[in-house]
Amino acid sequence: MHELPIVKSIFDICIKHATANNANKILSVTLKVGEISDLQDQWIQRYFDFLSKGTIVEGAKLIIKRVPLVMRCKLCSESFQVNINERKQVECPRCKGTKLAYVSGREYIVENLEIV
Amino acid sequence: MEEIRLIEVKENILSDNNAKANELRDRLRSTGTFMLNLMSSPGSGKTSLILRTIEALKDELRLGVIEADIESTVDSEKVASRGIKVVQLKTGGFCHLDATMVSEGLDVLGPQDLDLVIIENVGNLVCPAEFDTGAIKNAMILSIPEGDDKPLKYPLMFSVCDVLVVNKIDTMGVFDFDLRAFEKRVRALNQNIDIFMTSCKTGEGINSWVNWIRNEQKAFSTLA
Repeated sequence: MHELPIVKSIFDICIKHATANNANKILSVTLKVGEISDLQDQWIQRYFDFLSKGTIVEGAKLIIKRVPLVMRCKLCSESFQVNINERKQVECPRCKGTKLAYVSGREYIVENLEIV
Repeated sequence: MEEIRLIEVKENILSDNNAKANELRDRLRSTGTFMLNLMSSPGSGKTSLILRTIEALKDELRLGVIEADIESTVDSEKVASRGIKVVQLKTGGFCHLDATMVSEGLDVLGPQDLDLVIIENVGNLVCPAEFDTGAIKNAMILSIPEGDDKPLKYPLMFSVCDVLVVNKIDTMGVFDFDLRAFEKRVRALNQNIDIFMTSCKTGEGINSWVNWIRNEQKAFSTLA
């Protein structure tokens, strides 16, 4: 449900950078989105198509790169990927430590634009 | 044929909201107003906890409440009936509050005359976690009937909160809730979170929670 305001931000960022680079059209937009965020890819594209009608962004393809959730153990410094859906307990696979820090997985970034 | 160019952007999608939230915190610092953002699932006891908090603090602090609801005004009416300044934000289908909406709500309340503002965010463990409201601290409620597996399902919410209230502990005997496993799961995501056990029904644990707010508010307004 929060896809719409997020897509609006993506759209605004696209317009800003495309205008600054004298683009006639945006062909694609690459996003980096952390796995821990709950954005649904199909809804992002749908809202994006809706918002971009009649602008230089219309027809642009969204390429969504998912960044895996990676955590680092504060005890032994081991970094490991976490699959939240498969685990009952989040802990370090090496030392079983449970004091963890985020390495990646919370990204929300417009990475680049392909323009002509 | 026009040349296709690839331009690097590397801009955070939420940067506009984050900037607005930081502006809002500057404003709160200038008036010494401590703002707390309260989040949880629907029905876990946000309004009940706010009412308990009002009862405990209304004689010592000047309070205001920002209520967010998709449609109704039921919660704000309950708060207003206690003689507290309240503003109702109808989010019109939006599942969360952002810094702009909160800033508008705060304008209506008049932060210069308030020591403590509590935001009752939209009931939802997903979206509100993504949007910085400009609050000084973030709090969440998890009620016993919701189950001890919630940190695994909504890790972001448990990560962004400074304090967690485990509510409805009077129902502990009825539900299969493993408190020790729950706390371990929460701490794996967020080591520094303060945890309080409460029952808004019986009043158990409310004093400790209220003391936490009292201390945080005092520390904040002294710094401001």
